[in-house]
Amino acid sequence: MPDVELKPVSTEHLLRECQREEVFITGSEAVREAIRRANVDIAVAYPITPQSESMHLVGDLYAEGYIRDYFRGENEFAVMSEIAGAAMAGVRVFTATCGPGTLRAFENFPMWSGTRLPIVISFMTRGINSPLTIQPDTIEMGMLLDTGMIMLHAENAQDLYDMILMSFSVAERTSVHIPVGVFVDGFFVTHTRQKVKIVSEDVKLLPYDPTHSPVPTMDMETPPFRYMRDPFVMKSNYISYAAHASWQQEVMAAAERARPHIEAHLGSFVEQENPDAPIQVVACGTAVSQGREAVRMAREEGLEVGLVKIKVLRPAPREEIRRALAKAERIVIPEFNRTGWLAREIASMIPNNDRIAAGPRVFGGMTMPPEVIVDVIKGDVLVGV
Amino acid sequence: MERYRVVPGPEGYLPPAAALHGVELPLPGQGLVEGSRVEGRTAALAIAERLVSASVPTFFPGPLLLWKSTEEALERGRLVREIAREVGAKVIPMPDYRPKYPMIDPAVEINPNHPNLTIWFNKIDVGVFIGVHCHQANLALKIIRGGTSCFTVALCAHEGHEDANASLRDTDVASLTALLDAVRIVKQGGE
Repeated sequence: MPDVELKPVSTEHLLRECQREEVFITGSEAVREAIRRANVDIAVAYPITPQSESMHLVGDLYAEGYIRDYFRGENEFAVMSEIAGAAMAGVRVFTATCGPGTLRAFENFPMWSGTRLPIVISFMTRGINSPLTIQPDTIEMGMLLDTGMIMLHAENAQDLYDMILMSFSVAERTSVHIPVGVFVDGFFVTHTRQKVKIVSEDVKLLPYDPTHSPVPTMDMETPPFRYMRDPFVMKSNYISYAAHASWQQEVMAAAERARPHIEAHLGSFVEQENPDAPIQVVACGTAVSQGREAVRMAREEGLEVGLVKIKVLRPAPREEIRRALAKAERIVIPEFNRTGWLAREIASMIPNNDRIAAGPRVFGGMTMPPEVIVDVIKGDVLVGV
Repeated sequence: MERYRVVPGPEGYLPPAAALHGVELPLPGQGLVEGSRVEGRTAALAIAERLVSASVPTFFPGPLLLWKSTEEALERGRLVREIAREVGAKVIPMPDYRPKYPMIDPAVEINPNHPNLTIWFNKIDVGVFIGVHCHQANLALKIIRGGTSCFTVALCAHEGHEDANASLRDTDVASLTALLDAVRIVKQGGE
């Protein structure tokens, strides 16, 4: 058991009012410190680089008495199914995965949303394309955009720590009650040490209250269990189709309802520096850090450049992006993947999207030197793959 | 573009989720009427007016009211019966959420997956949901808006419902008592 009795407090109190101490830890250790205070009932793990260390450290928390149950699943599909079962039974859960693990488990993610499960999961993103790579890459995020889950993207370990802790209160609201994915760029954040301000160890989040669930909590201890909520059976008639359609609309509506609760914690979906500049660099994750340095370098050369940091990808920050880029003449979107999914997202949100330079893009584990972003800012190079 | 209003249907083939068209849940102390946030008292009076003037007002108590045997639930059930008596409303339960096959008996129950069948069969023009889990209530509310002209009311114990034509949030014994008072005021000709 923990040395001290932990005082249950609200998320707002924990994140805004508790005293914080600055520590020098890795992103994986930031996950451990967030989960230490998250009052999690069950965590399920399956190793995959660069996520493995996070759930290993969460396992240490089980040994220390901070988590009520913890085990290793048979593979990622099993982990996400087991996490779903626990969430359906009405307890707070946490897990993490990345890259090929994400794809192996993929069927579960829209199922989680469709069954209104308030699961918090962290994705320590990595490459998944062949030839096999374990290196940093955000390609999986583009594939998860339409699974119905809320998606937050951490730039650094501090974001990761705060976003994990706030996600439980967003996910568990009656009107929301869908999964939240907290994404972080593998290795760049998980395996490097950064200064992180963490709250004192004598507090934890208030417990999850399943009586506030918008769907019935299931008895998962009396067989036969059911894997899905009351199905409409596969009847071929309009009534079944209408019920299915209404259900799916409700899941999308749930994500929409999360907006004010996410804003209450993050302040905004996007942050902007130098908003009046005619050139804007738009990024999420660690590409923001590289973009910030590139903006500094470009401004030293006399170029007027601003920076837009996207913190929330789902629900989509359409209005925020439209406002932030209203006056931009050129929009540079650096990404750690080959598909350019963020550029496609931005292109779908703004008028006159020929203002976009969809790059630079690096992948396969390549780093993104700020100089390559500066080159695109100047318009010196061809962008794309 | 004109603001989306949550008015009675039939709205068509696939009515949208109101939350996706800018309708926001009421804040504490507020209610919703046709998708607009109003004071809770105003919403209660609007609901009372609909109930009093309806031809076939009907309450649909769900599992949280029917099977949750707490003192609070019993008192809420008693108040629902009293309001129903006051306005001459039917009470048709939603005992569970499984689709009814091969066919529901619409005279005795309603189901969230095909609520329109019960509305049509009983010619219900004002339907009040209470004690239904929020997800299943929203499922039913959209289907009713799509295929019927029934005015829907959601008396929600949590944050309210954008997809109802009128909704109260945090509905407890006190707010049901206030709704009963509002019904009596309306019956006497208003405030």
